[in-house]
Amino acid sequence: MMELIRKRLAEPGGWLRLAVVATVPAALGAAFVFAAGWLSPGRLTPATFMHTFLVTSGAQPGFRRNHAKGVCVTGWFDGNVETASFSRAALFTSMRSPVVGRFALAGGMPYQDDTPGTVRSLALRIMPAHGGEWRMGINDIPVFPAPDAATFNALLLASWPDSRTGKPDPTRMAAFLVQHPETKRALALISSRRLTSGFADDTYNSLDSFTFVNAQGIATPVRWAMVPEQKDHPPAPQEKGPDYLFNDLITAIGQGALHWHLIVTLGNPGDPTADPALPWSGPHRQLDAGTLTLTAAQSEDGGPCTGITYDPLVLPDGIAPSDDPIPAARSAVYSRSFTLRSGEIKPASAITPADVNPGAQ
Amino acid sequence: MPPVPRFPLFARLLHWLMAAMILTMLFIGIFMVTSVGPAYQRLVDIHRPLGICILLLAVIRLLNRFMMRAPSLPDTLPLPLQRIAHASHIVLYTLMIGMPLIGWAMLSAGDYPVTMWNGIALPPILPHDPVLFAFLRGLHTWLAFALFATILAHLSAALLHGLILRDGVWQTMALRWNPAKRRDAG
Repeated sequence: MMELIRKRLAEPGGWLRLAVVATVPAALGAAFVFAAGWLSPGRLTPATFMHTFLVTSGAQPGFRRNHAKGVCVTGWFDGNVETASFSRAALFTSMRSPVVGRFALAGGMPYQDDTPGTVRSLALRIMPAHGGEWRMGINDIPVFPAPDAATFNALLLASWPDSRTGKPDPTRMAAFLVQHPETKRALALISSRRLTSGFADDTYNSLDSFTFVNAQGIATPVRWAMVPEQKDHPPAPQEKGPDYLFNDLITAIGQGALHWHLIVTLGNPGDPTADPALPWSGPHRQLDAGTLTLTAAQSEDGGPCTGITYDPLVLPDGIAPSDDPIPAARSAVYSRSFTLRSGEIKPASAITPADVNPGAQ
Repeated sequence: MPPVPRFPLFARLLHWLMAAMILTMLFIGIFMVTSVGPAYQRLVDIHRPLGICILLLAVIRLLNRFMMRAPSLPDTLPLPLQRIAHASHIVLYTLMIGMPLIGWAMLSAGDYPVTMWNGIALPPILPHDPVLFAFLRGLHTWLAFALFATILAHLSAALLHGLILRDGVWQTMALRWNPAKRRDAG
C-alpha cells in the first residue's frame, strides 16, 4: 500500500490531493474545537459560573452551587380552570397536581446564618397526573439584579466579600455600578422591598418573563408571583438564631397547611419581556391561576427535592420561554451544578432530618 | 457469489443522511453545553428529538446491514488495516445506538422529562438515581469525543481511499458513481 501511495504522490497534483485528505478532517476538528469554546477563554459558559461560585462561596461538595441552604416541602397545586383561556397547560385544568418544592436562601454557602435581608427563594415542581410538568425557581425580590447572564456573573464577582473584612469591597462594587446603571437601579428596587418575617408570609416572583399559549395558539407574555394567604408580619426585631427562618417555616407547616395563590400578570404591549431587571409598570390585568398548598417539610438529606434540579425551562405545553435571556442561562448553569453535585459526597445539610422531625429521633 | 461492487442505494442514502445528522448533533451538543446564551434552549430542544431520530435510523441501519451483502475491502489493503477498519465500524455502530440511549437514560436518571416536541415526552428508561445521572452525563460527553474522533479517522481514511489510493473503496459508499474515474479519463 505504501508503494501505491508513493506512486500516487508522484503523479501531477498528487501532493495537492494529499493536502485535501489532511485538510478536510483537520478543518472539521478545528470547527469542533471552536464550537466547544476551547479557543475562546473569555466565553461565558456554565463552567464560568461554577468557578464564580467556587470563588465566592468556597468548595461546597454535594450542595447546589447557588441557593445552597434549603429545605424540601411537599403539597399540591389546584389550577384555576379560567386560566385555560390564556394557557393550555394541563395543570390548570387537571385535578390536584402533586408538588415537590424547596425553600432556600440565595448564595452558595450551605451553612450561612439566616438574616432578614437575605434573598429567599421558592422552587416548585408541579406534576400533573398525565404529564405536562412545570418547574420554577422564584424569589422574594421585585426584579432580577441583572439584564443578562454576563452582568449577573460580574455582579457576583464584584459583590464577593473581601477575605480580610468579610464584607464586599466598596470600591470594587462602586466601580461595577458605575459601569452598570441598570443593575444599580435594580438593586435600589431590591433593597427597598418590604421584608416579611419569614418564608411562610413571603411573596415570590418569577422575575423572568415567559409566554402563555392557549389552545388557539394565542401567546400572551406573563410574569407571575406566589402570593401568600398567610398574613404577613414585619421581620422580628432581634436575632433569632442561625436557622430561624427555616425553623419558623417547619413550625408553621407543622401547625397547618400553608397556601399561596399563583397570581399571573398578563403583559401589556411594550412591556420589557427581554429584561428581567426592569419591572412591568402601570396597570396590568392579573389572574388568580391556582392555589399552592404545602403540607409538609423535609430535610434535604434524603428529601425529595435533592435529587432533581429546578430547571426553569422544564415547561409544560402551553407555557413557553420568552426573549428573556436569563431562563436559558439558569437552565444551563443548573444542569452543570446538578451534574457536579450529584457525583459528589454531600455532608449533612444545615437543616437535618432531626431538625424537621425532632420527635422521630 | 460474485463480489458486490458497492453498497445498495438505501444503505448509501442512510449513510450520508446520518453522517449529516450525527455531525450536526455533535456540534449542537458541544456548543450547547458550553453556552449560557439564548441559543441554549433552542439547541437543547433540537438535541433531544434529533438524538431519538438518529437512534431509530441507526437501528434500521443495523438491521439493513445484517440483511444486505456489503462490498469487501480490496486485497491491496494490509490485513491489520482491514481489521482496524472493521473494528472502527463496530465502534461507529455501537456509538450511533449507544449515544442516544445514554442521553435518554441520563435524563431518566436525572428525573428530567424527556421532551420531544409540543409536550410529547418519552417515558423514562431508568429509575431516578442522581449518582447514576452524574455518571451517565460524564459518559455522554466522553463518548461524544470518542465518536467525533472515530468519525474524523473514518473520514480521513475514506478521503485517502478516494483521492490517493483510488482503490474503489470510496465509490462503494459514494452517492455518485466513481467521479474519480471520469476525471482520470479526462
